[in-house]
Amino acid sequence: MASALKKETLLQMYRSMVLIRRFEERAAQQYGLGKIAGFCHLYIGQEAVAVGATEAIRPDDYVITAYRDHGQALARGADPGMVMAELFGRSTGYSKGKGGSMHLFDIEHHFYGGFAIVGAQIPLGTGLSFASRYRNEDRITVCLFGDAAANQGAFHESLNMASKWKLPIVYICENNRYGMGTDIARVSAEAEIAKRACAYAMRGEQVDGMDVLKVYEAVKECAEHARSGRGPVLLEAQTYRYRGHSMADPATYREKSEVESERKNDPIPRLRDYILRVKAASEPELDAIDAQIKKIVDEAVKFADASPEPSEDELWHDTIVEPGEPDVRPRERVLGEKVQWPSYPSGKELKVTWEIEPSGKTEKKVG
Amino acid sequence: MPEIMYREALNQALAEEMERDANVFLIGEEVGKYQGAFKVSQGLLQRFGSARVVDAPISELGFTGLGIGAAMVGLRPVVEMMTFNFAILAMDQILNGAAKIRHMSGGQLRVPIVIRGPEGTGGRLSSQHSQVFDSIYSNFPGIKVVAPATPKDAKGLLKTAIRDDNPVIVFEAERLYAVKGEVPEGELLIPIGKAEVKREGKDVSLITWSRMYYYVEQAAAELEKEGIHPEILDLRSLRPLDEEAILATARKTNRVVIVEEGWPHVGMGAQIADLLQHKAFDYLDAPVLRVSGLDVNMSYAANLENLIQPTLARIVGAVKKVLYLEEK
Repeated sequence: MASALKKETLLQMYRSMVLIRRFEERAAQQYGLGKIAGFCHLYIGQEAVAVGATEAIRPDDYVITAYRDHGQALARGADPGMVMAELFGRSTGYSKGKGGSMHLFDIEHHFYGGFAIVGAQIPLGTGLSFASRYRNEDRITVCLFGDAAANQGAFHESLNMASKWKLPIVYICENNRYGMGTDIARVSAEAEIAKRACAYAMRGEQVDGMDVLKVYEAVKECAEHARSGRGPVLLEAQTYRYRGHSMADPATYREKSEVESERKNDPIPRLRDYILRVKAASEPELDAIDAQIKKIVDEAVKFADASPEPSEDELWHDTIVEPGEPDVRPRERVLGEKVQWPSYPSGKELKVTWEIEPSGKTEKKVG
Repeated sequence: MPEIMYREALNQALAEEMERDANVFLIGEEVGKYQGAFKVSQGLLQRFGSARVVDAPISELGFTGLGIGAAMVGLRPVVEMMTFNFAILAMDQILNGAAKIRHMSGGQLRVPIVIRGPEGTGGRLSSQHSQVFDSIYSNFPGIKVVAPATPKDAKGLLKTAIRDDNPVIVFEAERLYAVKGEVPEGELLIPIGKAEVKREGKDVSLITWSRMYYYVEQAAAELEKEGIHPEILDLRSLRPLDEEAILATARKTNRVVIVEEGWPHVGMGAQIADLLQHKAFDYLDAPVLRVSGLDVNMSYAANLENLIQPTLARIVGAVKKVLYLEEK
């Protein structure tokens, strides 16, 4: 299956995963130096999920996730310097330094955030897919969340509606086995999240979330299912985070041996070995990518560090939209680059042909 | 001018905006086939179909979040809460989501959503179904809050709310749905953040909103008999607050009584009184008084339910007090 993948796709996945890994390592270092503060949830170990999913969908599909969001933003194509600047709380960040690590948004790349209440993005993602269905677009939504979010009411309420209304959405549970410090099995009657899909008459599957090629194949198939109008899918990616829940967490609730054994599964060396084995690229080619990524991340840190804090008058913007006020396009604002922004038919142009219950429109019979 | 019921005015607003803009859809419990728990959405399913009048499961958090997500990509949802008591389940989505998404995204997103439904005393429904949320929602930056009293204001404010690019909470009142009032024909848009003087007067200002407006009108009629001419200011919007109108009436009459249905502690009235002491201090001839619901949970028993809400006697008494007409 994977051998069918083009060299360019494999290298893109490798590049993207290495970028996330190096970026997160530098974020941890900068956190230690006091340049980044607050909660900072690293994606180290889980890279295969964001990258496999991103490569398997279209650039105009919607993606939404929780607060462990650096990986998804970067995989989606966000500018690393501007992501780092957001972590630094600088004006050149994606949200002008107002959101920080937990609230990355890159609408140009259809990445809808960055939400810090466990599971709260699941209804929102469901709404994104509702809009696509309402407009009769063939766009899908990928909604990511952790294992612990599957114990929220938001999960249940959303999957029920999405399945009943056949919404084009792929729910990806990134099961890294811990909700903060609590082993998911300690607090879940059913710790295999995918099994819950049957309660919603929905397709539910598991995939090795430490293997980017398997994630890619699985998401591709789930996306196709959702895009073709057959309804949502719940995909459980079994993954592992090598660091604590956040930078504030030393992760003493796990055995060292567990982490060491999981390290043998590291998704990046796995992909590297695969690429070499199928001769999609040579060692020097991959080393060149590594070097290039190191440079990108160095520059991202430099860019963030050299950027000013937001101006004080920024306090009074972005709470209420004033009449006629446009949306902020971050790369245009910061880098002066012309960007493509999502646009939709107006309320006059739009024709809603969808019927959730086809009999709904029937007039009551008279007499 | 035709006289129609408050619920019919809301229905007209929904129908007109849905006709004008296909991005507008209604979602909530019993809005479709049942024709609305309070018949606000009567006939809309037949007219607009089941994708635009969506019968939701009893999942307030879920369908409110769904609406917010749809608004993030440009649809204009109207989420009906059967009552705002049930919206407590959706508060995370409203207050931690809708109210903050523009901010968290640094201005990349807007959330043009309306969340509407009745609040306040239900009528023999005890404490879980009879309460006022004015000050809770109004406390949050990032949303707008309106609470119309008359059919005309209900229609005009709901239409404006649907066209607003921000999340707007529309507080209706369970006991206003059958109230009739004149509503002009044709396009009617009432700006958010503008209060209205509903009765001109000179002796005292009665500041109120939503259902209490009718109590205040009754009190004013009583007071007129005694030669006291109250001015009634109906706030209509609670966030943003029409500070100019509040200060103008206070400067005119020099005495203010605030009448609100909700609880006194940290209630909306406290915010208005603060504004007055700080920006109209030199104009006041008496302390600002508040008549509010009593600081207890709502009871089922008819006599207790009446006592807990502001009464005519309490409103008239407060007016006499600021006019120094009461000895005690």
